[in-house]
Amino acid sequence: MERRSMMKHLALCVLVGAASLVGCAKQEEPKKPEAPAAQAAPKPEPLKVAFVYVGPVGDAGWTFAHDLGRKYVEQKFGDKIKTTYVEKVPEGPDAERVIRDLVAQGNKVIFATSFGFGDAMEKVARDHPDVYFEHATGYKTGPNLRVYEGRFYEDAYLAGIIAGEMTKTNVIGFVASFPIPEVLRNINAFTLGAQSVNPKVKTKVVWVSSWFDPPKETEAAQSLINQHADVLLQNTDSTAVLQAAEKNGKYAFGWDSDMSAFAPKAHLGSCRLNWGLYYEKAINDVLNKTWKTETTKWGVKEGLPEFVSIAAFVPASTKKKVEDAREGLKNGTVAVFKGPLYDNTGKEVLAKNVVADDKWNGAINFYVKGVDGKVPSGK
Amino acid sequence: MNEFASLLAATLNAGTPLAIAGLGLLINEKVGILNLGAEGTMLVAAFAGFAVAFHTGNDWAGFAAGAVAGGAVAACFGWLVIWLNTNQYATGLAVSLFGGGFSAFIGVDYVGKKLAERPNYSVPFLSDLPFVGPAFFRQHPLVYGAIGAALAIAWFLYRTRAGLVLRAIGEAPESAHALGYPVRRIRLLAVVVGGALCGVAGAYFSVAYAPLWVEGMVAGRGWIALALTVFATWRPARVLLGAYLFGGVTMVQLHLQGMGVDIANQLMSMLPYLSTVVVLVLISRNPAWIRLNMPASLGKPFFPSL
Repeated sequence: MERRSMMKHLALCVLVGAASLVGCAKQEEPKKPEAPAAQAAPKPEPLKVAFVYVGPVGDAGWTFAHDLGRKYVEQKFGDKIKTTYVEKVPEGPDAERVIRDLVAQGNKVIFATSFGFGDAMEKVARDHPDVYFEHATGYKTGPNLRVYEGRFYEDAYLAGIIAGEMTKTNVIGFVASFPIPEVLRNINAFTLGAQSVNPKVKTKVVWVSSWFDPPKETEAAQSLINQHADVLLQNTDSTAVLQAAEKNGKYAFGWDSDMSAFAPKAHLGSCRLNWGLYYEKAINDVLNKTWKTETTKWGVKEGLPEFVSIAAFVPASTKKKVEDAREGLKNGTVAVFKGPLYDNTGKEVLAKNVVADDKWNGAINFYVKGVDGKVPSGK
Repeated sequence: MNEFASLLAATLNAGTPLAIAGLGLLINEKVGILNLGAEGTMLVAAFAGFAVAFHTGNDWAGFAAGAVAGGAVAACFGWLVIWLNTNQYATGLAVSLFGGGFSAFIGVDYVGKKLAERPNYSVPFLSDLPFVGPAFFRQHPLVYGAIGAALAIAWFLYRTRAGLVLRAIGEAPESAHALGYPVRRIRLLAVVVGGALCGVAGAYFSVAYAPLWVEGMVAGRGWIALALTVFATWRPARVLLGAYLFGGVTMVQLHLQGMGVDIANQLMSMLPYLSTVVVLVLISRNPAWIRLNMPASLGKPFFPSL
């Protein structure tokens, strides 16, 4: 009796185990590239290109935008290339193993899309001089390793112009992730954009210590709204802030991808990242044998960050101001960080008529005048 | 004043899913089962709730689906630990990890989908009162539901015969067994009900709180709910208060930041766990407290003698 019921349970256990194994096997499936190229016709070997993602492709933000870029080049180059990706790769020792693996599988171009992959990329690049390594938002380069990033803050500046015009309370809010220069640039650019059309604007900032935590992003947005902020921008990766604004009858922007569908009443515009443009260039460089070590920083001019889907209800005069600024950024007459510029303690951080260079951009550790509070120390 | 009212409102809202999940876990633990799989259970339920609310356009169907999904995951867990006597800690952790992966896998196609326009709720008349109205009476119905659930569970556990049996099993399963109670079946029932409550909490995140689905969106709140049961020393009313306290800490911290007050938000984020450790130390220094509140058989396997 006891024995039989034991067997019954064991059998059930095996069943459940088998079912979950099937589940796991299926889960692997989307990670694989399309079926192995047909073995029949001896066409020229496609260039094998691999992408290393830090998040899941389903994050609707950063990694999602990179994956759109991957799909873009896949479509652009057709059977001339073959792409692979590995998602959710932790920044650390695992990354090196993943990258070595991808090289061993014959990939000739490796895109690593997060800052923390830098060391791993450098090590593997040294061992494989015949492979091209591309590292997003990094700074280490080598004979076959180069870096690329977007000037996202230019998008934040354009969003700021709309925010400055649309705010009724003259308080705008920013849901921020971590106090690193990239994020501080966005907060400052958003504020400066708003001040360029409405000098009375103040920015409130709330840090959530996460790139991705929808409930907490919602809470942060709610607390900004409670403190009278009526236009919000975020540097986090979900649509939560936008949806919180919609629910409260306030305004917000999309980030990383076009999020207009999520909040028809709240959405003022989206700061989209078109990584595909850079991936196209990089792959062309390899195919045409013109690849050389360089640091690429593309802005609105090159179309990598692109401010899209401005809401229909935004007044034409405001849209005109955005278009003017966009043109200005493209032809160089408008610069986001241009002196005289003061931080929010009144100290001059950029002298009159000086335009910030990349070194200055990379060292931002303050809020500009008009942002409330103090940058959290990284201790 | 208005700011304070909206801070109160946001605190109640933030505490609600923690309270519901915490109450579910309390029922589990009262009957002697520690379900460390709460996080995974909530994720699966968050997905199920979102998917059903998305297809039916009905939030309540979503919450029901969350409850069913949570109950189903908990039933698997219950069967493993109650009948097969697997280690509760290891099994719970496994369920937690499994739930995270499983929900991500089945949820891929729902990322970036949007629910119908979210309704705003308000209690007629009362919501127009100054201060009290915006603070307490413009909430999602489940906010009141959580309070009702806490009262109902307190009544059930301490005022009904069934509640007494449930607690007796948590204290001394062998004795309850000797008295002829079907210990394992009652335990399974309690685990399923607890899982269903965790499921409602999970669905609250994806349907009402931050109405979207992305993998991992519960982001550690299942663990907070687990900490909450200890923090509350296994009393339903204290679970509720603790949940509001934890919710309040989060909201106050964000609010202070918006006001420009310089505090380390990382420090505030660890406060719920820190306070749990403090409570653990306090109650373990006082044996009477433990004996009064902590179910004696918590986490221990039970083998019915024949």
